[in-house]
Amino acid sequence: MVDLGNLAEQLTERGSNAADSGFFFEVNTIPGDVDVLQVVVEDRDELPIFVSASESQLLCIAYLFREDEVKEDAVADMHRAMLASNVPMPLSSFATIDGQYVVFGALSVNSGIEDIVHELETLASNAVDAIEAMQSFLK
Amino acid sequence: MSILEKIFTAIRGGAREVGEAIVDKNSVRIFEQEIRDAEDKLNQAKRDLTEVMAKEMQAARKIESLKAEVERHEGFAAQALEKGDESLAMEIAEKIVELQSELDEQERARKSFAAHVERLKGMIKKTGKTLTDMKRQLVMVKTTESVQQATTAINNNYASSGSRLLSAKESLDRIRQRQQDLDDRLAAGEQLKGELEGENLQARLEAAGIVSNSNKQAQDVLARLKAKKAG
Repeated sequence: MVDLGNLAEQLTERGSNAADSGFFFEVNTIPGDVDVLQVVVEDRDELPIFVSASESQLLCIAYLFREDEVKEDAVADMHRAMLASNVPMPLSSFATIDGQYVVFGALSVNSGIEDIVHELETLASNAVDAIEAMQSFLK
Repeated sequence: MSILEKIFTAIRGGAREVGEAIVDKNSVRIFEQEIRDAEDKLNQAKRDLTEVMAKEMQAARKIESLKAEVERHEGFAAQALEKGDESLAMEIAEKIVELQSELDEQERARKSFAAHVERLKGMIKKTGKTLTDMKRQLVMVKTTESVQQATTAINNNYASSGSRLLSAKESLDRIRQRQQDLDDRLAAGEQLKGELEGENLQARLEAAGIVSNSNKQAQDVLARLKAKKAG
């Protein structure tokens, strides 16, 4: 099991000191039944990434839009578009959680900090690209 | 019904109360107990296997030594017959029969140990596979649970901070706008830099006397006007 507090510290350090990659981000901890980290990437404040840990994996999730934002007659087409982009989209996949469309990536709990940062960077870009790609299906 | 099917049905059913678990805690506990039981069974089988394999090796060693013993006594019997000692040969023959029956017994034991080893190996393989599968299913359950708890925490956080969730289009517009602003700022910076460099060039050209200084031009005009008036 990953210690999210420890991970938060490492990520904060890495996110504020990204001179070479230019990938800056902030990390906040959201308390709850399970702790969740909220990662806000510079200039993408509206699409935070949420990181949670189970015993076997780290889940990184970016919420895209609610089901009710999708045009009623476009749902099936959008789902086909999502399925078709799932494999080409690097490291992330489309999914739904509680009525919200998301893109997410799952990592082994043994992943190193660089792997996690790479996942976050990729997911942040994928999330913006995904909304842009699905825009025509939205109200 | 597989765990994944159960999860799928529970999610699709959608009749859950807020915060109600998709897979109930009690069945998760039962499932975890089943996994522990299977692990115990696997470990016991591994211990048994070591023991039975040791017994099989012992039997094999005993068989080798009994075979050697039978051979040795057959040699003795032949020698006794050569010397015409029929009663001694008979005694040796009886010993051979005794050894032979012990040998048969050990052979039977070895066969039975070997069969037991095979059974245990098969069982270990099967239990191992089942265990891997059960653990994979438990991961699905736990992940579902964890995602649900995380979602609740995120939603509560949004609710308590009073911040409204933007629609995707609004979010995208804002992000794109910010990127545009940044691009504009960069472009403006480039332009300013260019203009400054241009000014520098103008100054250097003037200093070099290649282009005339605007101040000098004005003085020239004034001088011309003065000359005209005087004339």
